[in-house]
Amino acid sequence: MILAFANLSWPVFADALALGGIYALMAVGIGLVFGVLRLVNFAYGQLMMAGAFALAYGDQWGLPNWLSILFCFGVVLALSALMDRLVFRPLRTHSPAVMLVATFAVAFVLQNIALIAWGSFGKTAGSLAVWQAPWDIHGVYIRKIAIIAVGTAALCLLLLQLLLTRTPVGLQMRAASMDFRTARLLGVRANRVIGGAVLISGLLAGVATVMLSVEQPQITSTWALPETIYVLMGVVLGGLNRPIPATLGGFTIGFAFGLLGGILPSNQSQYLPSFIFAAVIVVLLVRPNGLFTRGGAAVERV
Amino acid sequence: MNQARRLPELLAPALLVLATALLGLEVSSYLQTYFLDTLVKVAIVVALYVFIGNSGVLSFGTISFVAVGAWTAGVLTVPEDQKRITMPGLSHFLLTTNVGNAASLALAAGVGAVFALAVGLPLMRLSGLAAGIATFAVLGITYNVLTNEQKIGPGLNAFSAVPQTTGMWQAAGGGLICVGAAYAYQRTRFGRKLRATREDAAAAAAAGISTYRQRLLAFTLSGALAGFAGGLYVHLLPLQVGNLYLDLTFITLAMLIVGGSGSLLGAVVGTLALNGVYSFFTAATNTVDVLGWHLTVPAGTAEMVLGVLMAVVLILRPSGITGGREFSLPRRRRPVADLEKARATT
Repeated sequence: MILAFANLSWPVFADALALGGIYALMAVGIGLVFGVLRLVNFAYGQLMMAGAFALAYGDQWGLPNWLSILFCFGVVLALSALMDRLVFRPLRTHSPAVMLVATFAVAFVLQNIALIAWGSFGKTAGSLAVWQAPWDIHGVYIRKIAIIAVGTAALCLLLLQLLLTRTPVGLQMRAASMDFRTARLLGVRANRVIGGAVLISGLLAGVATVMLSVEQPQITSTWALPETIYVLMGVVLGGLNRPIPATLGGFTIGFAFGLLGGILPSNQSQYLPSFIFAAVIVVLLVRPNGLFTRGGAAVERV
Repeated sequence: MNQARRLPELLAPALLVLATALLGLEVSSYLQTYFLDTLVKVAIVVALYVFIGNSGVLSFGTISFVAVGAWTAGVLTVPEDQKRITMPGLSHFLLTTNVGNAASLALAAGVGAVFALAVGLPLMRLSGLAAGIATFAVLGITYNVLTNEQKIGPGLNAFSAVPQTTGMWQAAGGGLICVGAAYAYQRTRFGRKLRATREDAAAAAAAGISTYRQRLLAFTLSGALAGFAGGLYVHLLPLQVGNLYLDLTFITLAMLIVGGSGSLLGAVVGTLALNGVYSFFTAATNTVDVLGWHLTVPAGTAEMVLGVLMAVVLILRPSGITGGREFSLPRRRRPVADLEKARATT
């Protein structure tokens, strides 16, 4: 094996890629909404948590997989629309920091509603556990979920890229994320762009939920919370303002976590979060626009 | 004259703290724990206020200074024979060093200040969202290191055998020290300069104020107070690292915002009000009697109620209950207010 040095094996590599893919989906979901609303959605993980509980109920009721996935998407989309309407819209004119605090509050409300409803043990979403089984590829056993996650993430990102570059609404979204006011002056309709971004972000959350629920089938009120924090850091690392840098940032974090978590002994990998947080601080100080952005405009002005 | 008229700004929050302590002495020992907890929260929220309120910059980092203060005071006061059992991984120096209650609180404040200064030196250049994310990262690092590092504390375990010296007087005294320090700071030219940068960064810069320096000073003071509060906290409860992370960050931030982040009074009022609500619902997880009516709520209700209150206040009244104003007598005593008005118009 080419990768057989330093404990690195193909399965670890594939799992790291899969984790990177899931993080990339979440990152672009957070980044899209940030682009148009200047809103860092801390509650994104709780959105996914709600979807994961929907999957768990689908499992409990014995629904076919496609139906419970559909149910999950329905819950995530409804909740994200509700969140936008109830909290984000009234706060749209406030500063990004105020909106961040507001999403922090929303996250806590949702998390504790889940705690009240399902207790600290939560529920199990086991219907997709078949994807945990490995595929034998020339003597290398790679879990199906790793391949499915990588493939799905790539497909979603490709579709998103097409949407952003080849359709009018995509163009408007990109325009709005560059300069919202000018875009509106030129006839871009704010609610349509924001609605579109919230919708796509919700869809991506749904996809990420399904993938992550296979990796972590025990759904509790804090499900996806650590992931959201790391993805937020990744998005900042890559560059909040544009979809592709945000995606790359998220992917990098997920991949690094998967890979280093797989190869480092646990007395070193336990400090992995610290290194990532430290990297984010350094990036914020040295390249406030993110690692993967080219030159250019500052994110915030006085 | 001006000084005397300004005095209520200090007296109102200080008297609220004292009243809480006096009330706490009257109630049953079961309820007393909630009053003690409230007074320590006052100290934490005031520490939060010193930076966030005066600078207008969001920080999620304050709880990491609370955690560091708690670790300092806790590790240095657990008796050595206990340390050998509960924290066997402790470094030799920490294992063999023990200080008294007052010294541990002072050291907690000192370590909090030094940590805040070290963090602030690079981070105070940031503002807005970047400051929020970066301070969040600081919190994440602190949590991660304290969870895993056995050389400096109990890791994931709770502190046990810390002398429980935070009784009502120490808690009230601690709260008053924080309130007094915050008041003294905001009355100095440094506090005023920082407030000027909050109101209009460009104008303040034009007047020769260095935003960076003023923020750094406030951040360090806030770190000292937070470390001190952490010391008080660890002398009250057997804390563990999980108590000093996202939940506490959220709860204290909610208190500051609901009360009104622009004023010291807001910080104190917000803490008293929200911790009242919070304590009520926390107690209600084991049933409380409300006018002969048994109320039991599931765990998580207290946090949920706080979250809803915080979101509602952010949407409807972003400046909080107090509207970011300090307490002043003329607004209460009509005749004096009229006199002022008459004097102003002539």
